[in-house]
Amino acid sequence: MRRSAGNRKPGGWSREVVPAIFILALAFWPQLAAGQDWFRTGTGLGVSKPRVAVADIVPRSPQAQSLSTLFSDVLRNDLDFSGILDLASKSFYPTQVPSIPGELNGAVWTAAPISAQFLAFGNLTAAGNDLSIAAWFNDVRNPSAPPVVGRVYHGAMTEADTRKFAHQFADEIIAALSGGVPGIASTQIAFVSARSGNKEIWVMDYDGANQHQLSSMHSISLTPRWSPDASRIAFTCYPTTGIVSAQICMYSTLTNKLLTWPRYRGTNSAPAWSPDGSKVMFMSSMYGNPELFIADSDGSHVKRITYAVGASTSAAWNPKTGQQVAFVSDRGGTPQLYTMDADGGEVQKVPLPDMGYVIDPAWSPNGQLLAFSWRRPNGNYDIYAMDISTHQLVELTRDAGRNERPSWAPDGRHLVFESTRTGTREIWSMLADGTNVHQLTMQGDNESPNWSPK
Amino acid sequence: MRTRSVGSVIRLSLLVLVIAGAGCKHPAPVTQAPPAPAAPPAQPTVTLQATPANIQSGQSVTLRWTSTNATTLTLGPAIGAVAAEGTSTVAPTDSTTYTITATGPGGSADASAHVTVASAAPAPAPTSPSATLEEMFTREMQDAYFDLDKADIRADAKQALSKSAQFLRSYPQIKVALEGHCDERGSTEYNLALGDRRAQAAKDYMVSLGVPADRMQTVSYGKEKPFCNEHTEACWQQNRRAHFAMAK
Repeated sequence: MRRSAGNRKPGGWSREVVPAIFILALAFWPQLAAGQDWFRTGTGLGVSKPRVAVADIVPRSPQAQSLSTLFSDVLRNDLDFSGILDLASKSFYPTQVPSIPGELNGAVWTAAPISAQFLAFGNLTAAGNDLSIAAWFNDVRNPSAPPVVGRVYHGAMTEADTRKFAHQFADEIIAALSGGVPGIASTQIAFVSARSGNKEIWVMDYDGANQHQLSSMHSISLTPRWSPDASRIAFTCYPTTGIVSAQICMYSTLTNKLLTWPRYRGTNSAPAWSPDGSKVMFMSSMYGNPELFIADSDGSHVKRITYAVGASTSAAWNPKTGQQVAFVSDRGGTPQLYTMDADGGEVQKVPLPDMGYVIDPAWSPNGQLLAFSWRRPNGNYDIYAMDISTHQLVELTRDAGRNERPSWAPDGRHLVFESTRTGTREIWSMLADGTNVHQLTMQGDNESPNWSPK
Repeated sequence: MRTRSVGSVIRLSLLVLVIAGAGCKHPAPVTQAPPAPAAPPAQPTVTLQATPANIQSGQSVTLRWTSTNATTLTLGPAIGAVAAEGTSTVAPTDSTTYTITATGPGGSADASAHVTVASAAPAPAPTSPSATLEEMFTREMQDAYFDLDKADIRADAKQALSKSAQFLRSYPQIKVALEGHCDERGSTEYNLALGDRRAQAAKDYMVSLGVPADRMQTVSYGKEKPFCNEHTEACWQQNRRAHFAMAK
């Protein structure tokens, strides 16, 4: 097997990856053993990660203390969850920290046990209602070099603005350290929550902060999907006027209103965006059997795509090529994954053993990995990722309730999913290797997360 | 040809072993009493009762059966294999003789029960005159149940839908929402599709029984409105159904 320890960071996969299922998989597909360098969107696998310290941001006034602490904490969490660096423990830090570059003594930070290569630091001023943050990110081993990142932020003296600036600064650092791949600290996650009494569409920051309800359908709303430009969220809804049936609803995140979308006969559900945002593929039984249809993003020019016995649904467009669509069908007896061209041609079953259900396809941003949920015959649902060209497979969750509905972050390094591991269904995020798992929702029944594309 | 010769060799070897084994054994003493002959397998018995034995069309009958010494029981018409004892509710639209056949090692036995069905009473249907239409609807309409991942109308679902069609034919003013439901095991999205197929299959069968299609509006709720919330097969079966709701 090529999945040698040198290909991944120590302690990462070994616990998560699945001797039993993997050996089983190998028995079914000898070609699995032939893959190489399969997890190309991984988290700096095989590369030693830069070690980073984040000094407490220095408050310039007593009333700035709580926001300084918030900024430092949010920044540390963002960097820690990025997966591309090692964060030096705060307990090692000196009591005197720099507030401006002129106060920086690099030797303090490069010495063991901090052993940092980079330091984030700065100061925060709160005057009247105004917030001002100056923050730097320096290479402490090269004291004479200019800051890697230096930014000044101005806003309102609120927690919301403080969080926003901490996320922006984190994304600048992550982009600088990862060769320009943008961070995801400013992204959002749409999801379904029943905490208001009905299942409605909600949105939260990527770290679980700022959870708020978007839709007010007062019925059942399901399966939110961000448009590629993040200006709209398509979802499954049950309008409370007219004939009761599942329909596609379209929410504008710019105007915070529902856009007009045509109603079609039968059940209509599970919208999926083409990567250019011009088309939506969705399941509809408008002609009788549940099949996949494609329409313009305003719902017009609808056209049937699949022709098969049983149900076809859960379309996921390859975001890189725009040519290939993964979907779920029970045409073979049980729900399994298939791929096809976006016009319906070249239908192929994704080669997995015919055991249990394979559902919830989600394509990584680079189009190489297909994440999905697999309900094995023992009844557990777990998240898997498969390299679509080599069919190499990795189990990302294990023995922790039902784990379903993976959705990729735009950096291709993170996944969000739903899990019942605490006894209730909640939203969780993790690195795409199954590590660094974070619980994002804590109350009520929450499901169907979808990561904003930017 | 090779397989046959191999088989011959094996049989020959076994024969040799048996002969060799017999040759080594001491002969049994002739004074030993002969073994008691094995008791012949007991003859199966079966009973079948239908209660009540006389109904109006649209009413239901409980079939109750017991059996002994049987390994398989088949109840007909159109019910199939059943347990050693039990009950089943049927709603024949015409007079019917139900027969149960018990088969076991000792042979087989039959029992029959006849149900006489009087032609449908003129509307209102034979229910308490004080019952509202909603109450009668709830009492008379029967949902169709489905197998896992399937939208095929089972034999028991045909009986249930026949009863529901009978009621709807008697009350042409009623319109229904025909809801497709699923158990919790598939995904939300797959279950919305599967529930749609179940509602549609039930509607098609109702149409075949003479209920006009425009009186039945289908809707799929997938696994969003379960009837039962436990994680057991009994509960899952409750949730795999096409459910009739009276349209407002």
